[in-house]
Amino acid sequence: MSALAVYAGLGWRRWSAYRSAAAAGAFTNSVFGLIKAAITMGAIGAAGGTLAGYDALTGATYAWLAQALIGPVNVFTWTELAERIRTGDIAIDLARPIDPQAGYLAADLGRAAFQLLPRGAPPLLVGALVTGLALPAEALPYLLGLVSVTLAVVVSFACRWLMNLAAFWLLELRGVTTLYLVASNLLCGLVVPVHWFPPWLATIAAWTPFPAMLQHPIDIIMGRADGPEAFILLGEQVAWAIGLLVIGRVVFEVGARKVVVQGG
Amino acid sequence: MAELLRPYRALLASRLRAQLAYRRSFAMDLVGAAGIGVLELAEVLVIFSSISVLGELDLAGALLLFSFAGIGFSTADMVVGHVDSLPRYLRTGTLDAFLLRPLPVLAQLITSDLQLRRLGRTAVAVVVLVVALSMNTIAWSPALVALAVLTPVFSAVIFAALFVCAAGVQFWLVEGGEFANAFTYGGNYAASYPTSIFTLPMRVLFTFVVPAAFTAYLPTLVLLGHSGPAWTPAVLGWFAPVAAAGIWTVALLGWRAGLRHYTGAGS
Repeated sequence: MSALAVYAGLGWRRWSAYRSAAAAGAFTNSVFGLIKAAITMGAIGAAGGTLAGYDALTGATYAWLAQALIGPVNVFTWTELAERIRTGDIAIDLARPIDPQAGYLAADLGRAAFQLLPRGAPPLLVGALVTGLALPAEALPYLLGLVSVTLAVVVSFACRWLMNLAAFWLLELRGVTTLYLVASNLLCGLVVPVHWFPPWLATIAAWTPFPAMLQHPIDIIMGRADGPEAFILLGEQVAWAIGLLVIGRVVFEVGARKVVVQGG
Repeated sequence: MAELLRPYRALLASRLRAQLAYRRSFAMDLVGAAGIGVLELAEVLVIFSSISVLGELDLAGALLLFSFAGIGFSTADMVVGHVDSLPRYLRTGTLDAFLLRPLPVLAQLITSDLQLRRLGRTAVAVVVLVVALSMNTIAWSPALVALAVLTPVFSAVIFAALFVCAAGVQFWLVEGGEFANAFTYGGNYAASYPTSIFTLPMRVLFTFVVPAAFTAYLPTLVLLGHSGPAWTPAVLGWFAPVAAAGIWTVALLGWRAGLRHYTGAGS
């Protein structure tokens, strides 16, 4: 357990080393937030003031929260593990006296913990100044939201882990990575809220883990899902997290059996 | 002239051969790039599934706007998009090798890694353009035909300049690659929607500072006969070449200043 804490600490330290990278990321998230909030508010205005339960202010808040969370949750790509599989460095991970999946997960949680404030606060601050934010006044949604964001990081990690394992069987992963990026960005609610989807697309989204990465935590923080509804969303996230981590373990075992380490 | 371009032709030909060598990987990459185009299209379609007019454009107009921005951005991304790997060259010291060769660094960098796979995204935008042209009723005149043909071209030229601007900034930043994305990918994002939905300061920013509105929105207004919002009237749609010249001047001056600022590590 203490080894995992060290991994989490190292994840934090590794990402906190590049302050200007964090600042650059936050700047870009904020600029995209400006554009996204304007498009969202424009669409809601064109729909006559409300769209799928969002008015102009809550719609803008959704856009800003999404921009604040995509850094920590990381709905984009991550190919570090795939690189290690390709170069054979994965053998070093296998030789360590710690479970590789647990170790990488701990490091990713450390990364997310560091990024939460420097990547999350600037877009929300810009949002508060430019459009205003509609956030609940009581503490409970934020507490549940923190749990939900943590679970979202685990679900996101479990998906990225699985995608990287394809490197055991494929030499070139860029096509797979790009398709994953497209699917996750659309279905997690980053592009537009999942609640805006036409029914057929909403059904597809509901059958994937992607809404658990972004739409669920935002629904909980904004208080759109409160009381029992919030706990149902949290339960869904837990189920996805456990299910995907278990599948990830099995696939990793199968893949690792293929690895032949050249002595040297 | 032919003699002058010979090294570039050799460089480009080697890149193209390298990318086509692994057919299946290349096919996967093409599909992936097309997927990104479809993702952007899906965003527009989902938004228009609940509303009928955004800004002053209906779905047909929004698709026309989307296709101009899409063709322009994906072409620019294919030809010069890889200059955003400059931070890696700076960090690893490989830029020094470029400096030793007797060709301009920017020209070398552009020809170093032309990304054919981005054609997948261009293809999606071209299909959307064909569909959009048939959906809209445009009062065609020779001038409007010329505008429709030249808009994707100048759109690509403007986006290419934004990539070069973003690369120039990298000489002063450490690991700041993402900072530049705000202007390149952000410019594309802003360009894919009617600029009229933005507040005035943002509209001015994306028209006169980052000239994203010239790549698609303003020419679309001219083609569809709209008058345009205050401060950014439709008549500006004829001035994309001026915007392109302006942003390229900034890009090249910035690049030159950056290169002079650069100090090799003697690697």
